[in-house]
Parts: sequence; C-alpha cells; structure tokens
Amino acid sequence: MTDAKLSNAQIAWRAAQDIEDGAYVNLGIGFPEMVAQYTVEGREAIFHTENGILNFGPAPEPGTEDWDLINAGKKAVTLKPGAAFFHHADSFGMVRGGHLDVAILGALQVAQNGDLANWRVGNKGVPAVGGAMDLVHGAKRVAVITDHVTKKGDPKLVESCTFPLTGVGCVTRVYTSLAVVDIEDGHFVLREKLPQISMDHLRALTGAELHIDGDVAELNVPEL
Amino acid sequence: MDKICPSLAEAVAGIPDGAVVMIGGFGGSGAPIELIHALIDAGPKDLTVINNNAGNGRIGIAAMIDAGMVAKMICSFPKSSDPRAFTDRYLAGEIALELVPQGTLAERIRAAGAGIPAFYTPSSYGTELAEGKPVGEFDGRSYVQERWLKADFALLKADTADTYGNLTYRMAARNFNPLMAAAATTTIVQARQILAPGGIEPENVITPGLYVDTLVEVTDPQQEETLIRAGATYEGAKA
Repeated sequence: MTDAKLSNAQIAWRAAQDIEDGAYVNLGIGFPEMVAQYTVEGREAIFHTENGILNFGPAPEPGTEDWDLINAGKKAVTLKPGAAFFHHADSFGMVRGGHLDVAILGALQVAQNGDLANWRVGNKGVPAVGGAMDLVHGAKRVAVITDHVTKKGDPKLVESCTFPLTGVGCVTRVYTSLAVVDIEDGHFVLREKLPQISMDHLRALTGAELHIDGDVAELNVPEL
Repeated sequence: MDKICPSLAEAVAGIPDGAVVMIGGFGGSGAPIELIHALIDAGPKDLTVINNNAGNGRIGIAAMIDAGMVAKMICSFPKSSDPRAFTDRYLAGEIALELVPQGTLAERIRAAGAGIPAFYTPSSYGTELAEGKPVGEFDGRSYVQERWLKADFALLKADTADTYGNLTYRMAARNFNPLMAAAATTTIVQARQILAPGGIEPENVITPGLYVDTLVEVTDPQQEETLIRAGATYEGAKA
C-alpha cells in the first residue's frame, strides 16, 4: 500500500499537456480553472467562458477588478489581445454546436459508459446546475479532472452513477490523482498509472473494471 | 418617437402584481440595480422573475425576494456569494423554483424573441431536469424538447443607447440582456447615456431599437459586486 497521489495542481498539469496548440477550451468553475496555469510552453489555448468572452486571461491585480469583466464563476478576469464578447445564446451555441475543442470539468462520479454526475449530491438544499448540463454536450473532447476517490475513500470511477446525472455518455477521458483513464465502448481503459502504486491497489480504488488495451504508461508529473 | 422616460419610478410603474419579469445580468455584471430598486419601491407582488441567478446579498433581486415580491424564480444557478435571501425562502417553501440549464435558459429566451415555440437540445437529456419533457431522436442522438420562455416585462442594463433604443453593452455585461430585450412584451432599459440618433455607429449596435420600449438614463450605475463587497442593503444602496 502507498498513499502516493497527485496534487490538484499536478492533475491540472497533466490535463493541460493534452490541450493542442490553438484549441478553444472551456474550463469548469473551481478546480478545472487551474488547468489554465499549466498551458504548455509554445502552445496557445483560447479560453471560453459561458457568460460571453473568448480569449480571457488571468485574474487582474487586486484592486483593479472590473466587475463587468468576469468569468462564469463570477471572478474578475482580464482580456488578451484578440478577445471577443458575445451574448449568452451565442455562447451556448458555441458549446452545443461543437465549436469548442475541449471542455474540462470536475466530477462527483464518472461511470464506465461516460455518464457524469457533478452537479448535485442528493435532494437536500438548493439545487443549482448552471452551465454544466450544456458543457458536457458539444465540445469535441469532454474530460474530467478529479481525485480518484472521495474524501471518504469511495471510488469516483463507478459502474453507474448513484448521484443525479449531469449528462449521459459524455465523458471521454478522466485525469485522476492516480491515473489517466479513457472511456471507450462502455469501458474504462487505463492509459497511464502512477508508478508508485500497484495495479491491484488501483483496481481496489476503482469502482468498475479497468481494462488494459496496449501499454499502460507511467503517469509522471513534475513537482509543482 | 420618444422612448425616454424621465424617472426610474415612472419606467416601472406599469408592472402589475403577477407579472413575469425578465431581469438582465449574470451575477452582478449587467444587472439593472437601479431599475430593480425602483420596482421594489413600486412593490408589485407575486412576480415570476427570470434571471440566471436568484440574487446576492441584500440588494437587487435578493432585495426583491426579501420584500416578498417574488413567487417564483426561473434560473440556472440560485446560488451566490451570499444566497441567504433565496435560500431561506426556498427552504421554507415560500418561493417556487424552476431550475433550467444555463444554455437552455438562454435558448428558451432567444426562441421566444425569435418566434420559435419549441426546439430540441442535447442539454439535460437523461437527467432529472428532463423528466416529463418530450424526447426526440435526430441522426441517432437523443434530444430534449424545450419551449420558448416569454415575459411581460424585461428590465435591462445597457451602456449606451440612442433615442430609438439602439443599445450597446459594456464588456461581459451583455450576457442575457440582448436576448431578454426581444423576449418581453415591454422592454425597459437603463442606459449610462442616451445619445441623439446617429450617436451610435450602426455597425456597433448590439440590440436594435425595435425591441426597446422605454429608456431611462442612469449616468453612474451601481455595480452589484461593489455593493455586495461593501455589505450594502437595498435601503443603503438607494441612499
């Protein structure tokens, strides 16, 4: 046994390595926003936010925020040269119309058929969905970044989701704290694994069968 | 043609009890705070309010909820940095909620303005938010049928208007405002400045004036986020 695992920053770094030069990318609110910090040197990603900006940049210096220039998480952002504004229907037309290359989201659970649950745990409290149910449809690749297990140690990669669904059959790749897993033909297919952990241990922490299809690469991420 | 109204109070005076009211903005950006606060002063009850969110702090839509004016919210994300106004009433069963995925909300409003009574979208297919809605299969994929979303009134925030009601917006404050302008029977706009015809280059018009009924000039509009950070209340913000 080992408790080796990637930090959130390292998971975000790994996900960033797969973003191609020139890609149009939507990052979900919260943890996925970290991916923007690790854009690969020499590549340019153009970030989309649901409230109507393409090509926004990092947060401004504190005290210089302009509250008409925010992202979908209502945080202040900046503009890069070549940015564009548009209204909400155009913004979600870009999403559903398949014009984004990549969407990266967080997850409560991902099922082996690509179902995603990430908006609600149960029926208590105030439900709030935002743009999650739209973002899972339309981007050419819908990837998830997440811890491999919950804080209680339960698997987040499961046979079928028990939490309310965000979308059906929508996720194509999952970057976890232990592995990189593709979803193909209704199966989890292991692509990369932390070298410090055994296959048996990884399987024990995964709630559905992990298929092997060809080489499993080492998941090597720098200290961040 | 004169769409200019001399006061906020007059602009919202015709909004009756039970009206369906769209309010522009995404969080604080593009939120017509002055028009909302004038509506609170007017005090119609049993309103259905359509906005992306459900208010923040003790100002704007949250203050409408605090004042007991809102019977139902139609929104995608009824949470905020200080969501007490909506949360307390919702958990007490005192306010109804129709939760709509954000892109579906935008498209339902757009469809209403464009005269499209229903459309199909992949969003929410297979989820609890699609329960009871017709499903159609197109080219091997399943889609949920959604209906247009209209309103009696829209309260919007623009940057620059001309007297015909042609509008521009400031940065990401555009968001839902142009969609709502077309989807409401009566569209009421607060603008930072109202110029003579020709004051806006035709190339730069975002919302053409035919959608706009009433204009009020609010030269130094308050920003919801700034008020929130100052801990402002509706009464304080008006002072």
